[in-house]
Amino acid sequence: MSLEAMEPKLGGQGEAILEISGLEKRFGDRVAVDRLDLFLEHGECLALLGPNGAGKTTTIRAILGLVRPSGGTIRVFGQDAAKRLKQIKMRIGVVPQMDNLDPDLTVIENLMVYASYFRIPRKVAAARAEELLSFLALNNRRDEIIQHLSGGQRRRILLARALINGPELLILDEPTVGLDPQARYLIWERLLSLRDNGTTMLLTSHYMEEVSRLASRVVILDQGRKIAAGPPDEIVADIIGAEVMEVIGDGKELDRLADIVEGCQVSVEKAPDRLFIYIKKGCRELDQVIRQFPHVVKRPATLEDLFIKLTGRKLRET
Amino acid sequence: MLAVWRRNLKVWLKHIKASLIGNLGQPFLFLLAMGFGLGKSVPEIEGLTYLQFIAPGLVASAVMYSAAFEATYGSYTRLSTQGTFEAILMTPVSVTELALGEILWGATKGLVSGLIMLAAIPFFGVVPDPAVALILPVLFMEGVLFASMGIVMTATATNYEYFNYFTSLVITPFFLFSGIFFSLSAMKGLVGLVLSWLPLAEVVTISRALTYGNLGPGLLLNLAVLAIYTALFLSLAVVLMRRRLIQ
Repeated sequence: MSLEAMEPKLGGQGEAILEISGLEKRFGDRVAVDRLDLFLEHGECLALLGPNGAGKTTTIRAILGLVRPSGGTIRVFGQDAAKRLKQIKMRIGVVPQMDNLDPDLTVIENLMVYASYFRIPRKVAAARAEELLSFLALNNRRDEIIQHLSGGQRRRILLARALINGPELLILDEPTVGLDPQARYLIWERLLSLRDNGTTMLLTSHYMEEVSRLASRVVILDQGRKIAAGPPDEIVADIIGAEVMEVIGDGKELDRLADIVEGCQVSVEKAPDRLFIYIKKGCRELDQVIRQFPHVVKRPATLEDLFIKLTGRKLRET
Repeated sequence: MLAVWRRNLKVWLKHIKASLIGNLGQPFLFLLAMGFGLGKSVPEIEGLTYLQFIAPGLVASAVMYSAAFEATYGSYTRLSTQGTFEAILMTPVSVTELALGEILWGATKGLVSGLIMLAAIPFFGVVPDPAVALILPVLFMEGVLFASMGIVMTATATNYEYFNYFTSLVITPFFLFSGIFFSLSAMKGLVGLVLSWLPLAEVVTISRALTYGNLGPGLLLNLAVLAIYTALFLSLAVVLMRRRLIQ
């Protein structure tokens, strides 16, 4: 399936929340974002995936007017982001990657101060802040100084802060980075309930489980370019197949195995100590030869397999 | 812009004691050491005792130190380690509003320090003329000037050490050579002329004149020069901050 065919068409049943077309950003010689098209319709959660330096954060910063595009257009809520940035940002909430709460202020003060940047009247903001504290199970931390709180609590406050203006579009830049599973589950649960209530979300994450749970659609970026897009299950099935075999063995054996299965509808990828066989459709040759290998794990294909297949195993450092 | 200012006020009120002592310590110590100490062996200058001579200049220098430090160390902390600017720029607040809010805040801290200094000098035997009330807007403008200079530095800084240049090459020379401690009009030739054009020198001259009620049309020239410096650095600060924060 082509990329275009998977994108919802403009003017479909969904109202366009975000439309990015031909977005380009160059930093000197480096192309950070390369002719990117993105479409986000009302109520969906779109995940942007990609290795470090793929252009996710640059794209988000461009939406927020903090990166000046070298080309292309960004429309949010049907308005040109270059011209109506202030009006647009009144309706956006952002959970940043980095904890940038005010460390000297209390939880409630953080929320109230943030509300003032949106010019929300004090009374309205106070009521909203109390609501958010109970939504995120933070009532008993209300008057504590941020410095004294745990990582999980701070992340929840960042989410509460992002919701203070009742945003129609929520941008989540690695919202659970560095959290333990319990803290992560609590945030996922709250995000799902927001999604179910119609909040549109743009998510970036390196946790594939997070993406599988939250996102209705994913876009995979590499070196600023969109290399795959679609609902998570569909693109995994389309590009990878239904199942993956991980075969452990020595290099020669694995090379032989790779040759034998070449005729099947599978694709293979070699890692130093193992062979990954992505199976689109089972075949007899594979079933026969695999019996000779004692260390084989067969499991359903995941988003992580897709991600690694498309972007490689090499370490990305920027 | 005011939201940014109010945020900084709120945080400052939590640390007000340490902050005030830090900012005001130096001018007070100078007043004591130079005024009482050195003053005993220095003859009158321009018809004033040495203590009377330096007190109005130290009011001006208190504003400079407070505003410049807040807009460098304070603002840079919010820009870098704390990520406060990043958080603010996720909201409808623009970079220009943020920069102006920071400058307004630095100026406010400068003004507060100046006023405390002004309120303290009668206890050292320096009783100002009622005309001194006119100094408020001047000190505020001075605060805007030095906060803007600080923001220019913050917008171009890569680490805290960078501010050493500003402190040793700009702020300290201003403090020493702007006519706080010696009379610029007594300096003959080019040196006196150059020094009298230093931004802080304009404020020192105005401050001394207003403190002792010596109003004259010449002060308007000092005020005009101060206004030009302020406008220049204010615009530069906003431009550089935009360049720093919008890629």
